[in-house]
Amino acid sequence: MALEENLSELEVREGVDRETIETVHAMSGKYKHGWETEIEMEFAPKGLNEDIVRLISAKNDEPEWLTEWRLAAYRRWVEMTEPTWAMVDYPEIDYQDIYYYAKPKSMEVKPKSLDEVDPKLLATYAKLGIPLKEQALLAGVEGAEPARPVAVDAVFDSVSVGTTFQAELAKAGVIFCSISEAVREHPELVKKYLGSVVPQSDNFFATLNAAVFSDGSFVYIPEGVKCPMELSTYFRINAENTGQFERTLIVAEKGSYVSYLEGCTAPKRDTNQLHAAVVELVILEDAEIKYSTVQNWFPGDENGKGGIYNFVTKRADCRGDRAKVMWTQVETGSAITWKYPSCILRGNESQGEFYSIAIANNAQQADTGTKMIHLGKNTRSRIVSKGISAGKAQNTYRGQVTMHPKAQNSRNYTQCDSLLIGDQCGAHTVPYIEVKNNSSRVEHEATTSKVDDDQLFYCRSRGMDEEEAVALVVNGFCKEVLQALPMEFAMEAQALVAISLEGSVG
Amino acid sequence: MMALAQTRLDQLSARIAGLHFPSTGWQGKARGDALSRLGEVGLPAARDEYWRYTAPAKLTAAEVKADVSKGEVAFDETDALRVVFVDGVFDAAASDDLAMDGLEIVRLADAVTDIHWAAEIYGQLETKGQTPVVRPLATLATAFATDGLLIRVTGKATRPVHVVYIGKSDTSDAILHHCVMLEKGAEMTLLESGDAAARFTSNLEVDVAEEARFHHVRLQGRNADRRVNTHIFARIAEQSTFKSFTASINGTMTRNEAVLDIVGDDAIAHVAGATVGDGRDFHNDDTVFITHAAERCESRQVYKKVLKNGATGVFQGKILVKPGAQKTDGYQISQSLLLDGDSQFLAKPELEIYADDVKCSHGSTSGAIDDTALFYLRSRGVPLRRAQSLLVLAFLAEALSEIEDEALAEDLRLRLEDWLDRHEG
Repeated sequence: MALEENLSELEVREGVDRETIETVHAMSGKYKHGWETEIEMEFAPKGLNEDIVRLISAKNDEPEWLTEWRLAAYRRWVEMTEPTWAMVDYPEIDYQDIYYYAKPKSMEVKPKSLDEVDPKLLATYAKLGIPLKEQALLAGVEGAEPARPVAVDAVFDSVSVGTTFQAELAKAGVIFCSISEAVREHPELVKKYLGSVVPQSDNFFATLNAAVFSDGSFVYIPEGVKCPMELSTYFRINAENTGQFERTLIVAEKGSYVSYLEGCTAPKRDTNQLHAAVVELVILEDAEIKYSTVQNWFPGDENGKGGIYNFVTKRADCRGDRAKVMWTQVETGSAITWKYPSCILRGNESQGEFYSIAIANNAQQADTGTKMIHLGKNTRSRIVSKGISAGKAQNTYRGQVTMHPKAQNSRNYTQCDSLLIGDQCGAHTVPYIEVKNNSSRVEHEATTSKVDDDQLFYCRSRGMDEEEAVALVVNGFCKEVLQALPMEFAMEAQALVAISLEGSVG
Repeated sequence: MMALAQTRLDQLSARIAGLHFPSTGWQGKARGDALSRLGEVGLPAARDEYWRYTAPAKLTAAEVKADVSKGEVAFDETDALRVVFVDGVFDAAASDDLAMDGLEIVRLADAVTDIHWAAEIYGQLETKGQTPVVRPLATLATAFATDGLLIRVTGKATRPVHVVYIGKSDTSDAILHHCVMLEKGAEMTLLESGDAAARFTSNLEVDVAEEARFHHVRLQGRNADRRVNTHIFARIAEQSTFKSFTASINGTMTRNEAVLDIVGDDAIAHVAGATVGDGRDFHNDDTVFITHAAERCESRQVYKKVLKNGATGVFQGKILVKPGAQKTDGYQISQSLLLDGDSQFLAKPELEIYADDVKCSHGSTSGAIDDTALFYLRSRGVPLRRAQSLLVLAFLAEALSEIEDEALAEDLRLRLEDWLDRHEG
């Protein structure tokens, strides 16, 4: 790439500040977060068998019931076959050639305080650009008050290393910790809810996760509590060939509210990395969970080499009446995305919303969507999906809306729009609509089009270059979803949309 | 290809036992090929994704028995060339003289000469329609058709051809296979009505050459016991037009598949359907697969279903736009009106698009009669039932307006209205 060659030249030129060079680096197709922190890892041997499952369980100091739960999942998984219905194509995964457990060695003895955390780890967060004052907190600076509180539970590979704001959250009665800690400190809650939304043997990838999940986040919002800050987890896959099997469980008791942010970056790699996470949301009467994701894992190079395989099972169970869930996702990364955040609208008058932007560029493949299962009366759901394909990418919306006979007077509105940039890519829509009562109304609309030439021309005539113009038009196309994101993410996501599409025009 | 499991082989053997299978001449070759393909894929099974919403058992069972005496023949006001099939066999006495300006009609069972234009089509379009999804029941019809029509259209046909199906035996299992070839600039209208048998399986292969126009209107009417599985396979060439409309009234199990392949630039392909069904036994499935492989083509799918008393309506529609099929305009709408709480509508409207300069959209809705509209009509003095009926007809009108010939559309509209009158409450 000519641009790349020019970079060194750029650096020696006077009057060009560091930031500009970095921006150019980012725009020249190099993955911005493509570095790797050298921290000693402790691995379980490659491959998967009952012993490995026991080892993972033992490493996490888990009680007997959880070990058995994992083993039961493992035994089911062995019997299952990998699903092939998604419109994604990838080489066969050798599940015995993957490390199922890795943790930073310095964690073997738990640090007494954050000061004892490996400094390299702290530097990792700095590089990640966690846009928060937690940097100061993590560094042990006294009295560093965040302007706007956001609690971070950072998952570094497989073990949560630091959780902040514990005190303030504790004051509100909110539990926000790693799931392994939750198993130790709140076994009754974990036992009650774990696997209650995504059963142990739900699907191939979720079952694998149930057997080998290493860590993840646990959130419990007590009755009537509005979580005083937005909670956030930064995921990062860091060791070569380490599958990451996160397990997230969020329980919102009656009348509570929480907004949860999940954002991801990962270092550049050549070998594919498997990620099979499970997220379970339990929402009781009058409670509400907002779950927002910005996923920006390494998508592989222009030819699809490397990149993350992202096979995620996310599901929300609106158990109580008037429970509400809102999934918002911006999926720009990963070589392969297989992800269908779903809503089970069990409680009467419960509501599910799904807002999604999925961008696939170069050789990326995304098969993503949602399920809205209406079981309760007067339930409502809304799906807004924006898929953008560029380069040689394939982008599929796959969704299901089911109105059960008892879901009287329910309502669904689905809108999925696809945008194609270039004639080598594909955009697909595969909705399943099942209406089993007549008092419900279901509407589904889908459109596919290309970036409007008139709009591009207008932007160009105002002096924008082609990439800027496309980014602007695409941001407009995604507006409805971007607006659904919390402030912290909205800005970042807009920039991400532009960066993800660089190189797709001209 | 993996060998079929024994149970599926047994099921297939039971289904095809005793079926008509001429093995000589060009037909024998095509039929033999179909049989071996069928042996590889077997019959559809309940777990097949393509049969997600329709259990194939009623179509694949070894035997069926039904009262077919109520089959309804339509278009009697239309001056057409009538061709009658009784229990799946051509009835010369009941049919008109097959000679007409602009087209040649040969009965399939008579077309035994070695060189026949139909050899280029018979089973060929069906074979092409087997990817990416297999349609074993179409293959079955290619192999075991008892009869059919081979129509070659050389000019502008002066009248429509009306194929009338009559079922007399209540255990009959009719399998027909028609081929239509329209030469460059040719035009014809094909009408179909009546219930051929307790179970009717049919293929219609249509090859539409450049600038040709093909119109197809059919009625599957009235008989509540009817089981029908039809396939239309069409190859649509440059600047040609293909339009097909199906009205489906009652029937215990109906699966109509249309597989349209647009291969020439600037072509038009429309398929549409209006369905009314009453009762838990009613199951109606429209499955459409349109492939755009050329530039500046237009396709439309318009399906409307009115369902009551536990009836089930299914729509699976797909638009595939191949790489390079730029300026494609693809439109698809599937809607259902559920007249009571028991009925259901299951839809899978799909888009698969590999070209960027296209305009494709689909919409699907499901719901009850609009209370506000009903209230308005009643406030104007329209009795409740009449108001309901008006709103249902208005709902179906969008599909009926896809029929170009107004007399044919009106004939079907009256039949739908008559059904509504008889199925009040």
